[in-house]
Amino acid sequence: MKGILGRKLGMTQVFTEDGDVVPVTVIEAGPCVVLQKRVLDKDGYEAIQLGFADKKASRATKPEVGHAAKAGTAPKRYIREIRGVNVEEYEVGQQLKADIFAPGDIVDVTGVSKGKGFAGPIKRHNQHRGPMAHGSKYHRGVGSLGSIAPNRTFKGQTMAGRMGGERVTVQNLEVVKVDPEKNVILIKGSVPGPRNSFVTIRSAVKQPAKK
Amino acid sequence: MNLLRSVVEDQLRKDIPDFRPGDTVRVHVKVREGGRERIQVFEGVVIRRRGSGISETYTVRKVSYGVGVERTFPVHSPKVDKIEVVRRGKVRRAKLHYLRGLSGKAARIAEVRR
Repeated sequence: MKGILGRKLGMTQVFTEDGDVVPVTVIEAGPCVVLQKRVLDKDGYEAIQLGFADKKASRATKPEVGHAAKAGTAPKRYIREIRGVNVEEYEVGQQLKADIFAPGDIVDVTGVSKGKGFAGPIKRHNQHRGPMAHGSKYHRGVGSLGSIAPNRTFKGQTMAGRMGGERVTVQNLEVVKVDPEKNVILIKGSVPGPRNSFVTIRSAVKQPAKK
Repeated sequence: MNLLRSVVEDQLRKDIPDFRPGDTVRVHVKVREGGRERIQVFEGVVIRRRGSGISETYTVRKVSYGVGVERTFPVHSPKVDKIEVVRRGKVRRAKLHYLRGLSGKAARIAEVRR
């Protein structure tokens, strides 16, 4: 397991050596700092805590400044823990760069999806709509809410409501290119969230590291 | 945004001639057959150019054995060996989709006199 934090810059496309077009998401990944190590004896689990993107000094609280100072760095805006890593390989204060991943690696990317506001059941739960004409008065409304026998609606019934703005992980994306000088990783396909949002890149849970 | 563009900077081709919708071009396409590669020429009228940067594409239309054939290529595709501009056409639109409904004499495009 490897992991790094980054910022989604947007999407573009690249050509492979064969001349095929591949859609890619450009992620500014790292440099990240290991802020803390979680160890079994003290914390009950093993993980490394990474920090990415400096915070303005005026925005940082004293505890944040102190926490970052232990790793010899400035307070960070985006802090996440990566579990399942071999903790002994990392030191507090160590810098992680984009080159921990190589082209061909399969990764999972986690981010906060774009907020869609109050969305109807068609957009939110992929329901079908009714006929728009031929005398129909049932267009985009919610469908059946279930049996009438229990005299109530069951919890978890799919209805309209707030959509998006939640943590989403997209699994098994391929790393197309890594540029350690620009600290940029190109990942095939799309990634949750708007441009300039923070994302976490981890090696894939479901597949072996290389195809 | 700048970093986004700089990522694909090295894939942009500098050897693309200036051509517009209405121009007749010969596109030399690299075709892979089995192990070997050969060049196939596709000649026709450019009926549109769309997009910008690395995702810019153009569509070439020709009539082959009485059947209209259109192919769309990315401008910066490495599969295209070279593009030759055969003829400059005089047109008043950016998208020449109306050519699809025309045939024979009506589908001709006047040449720009310079």
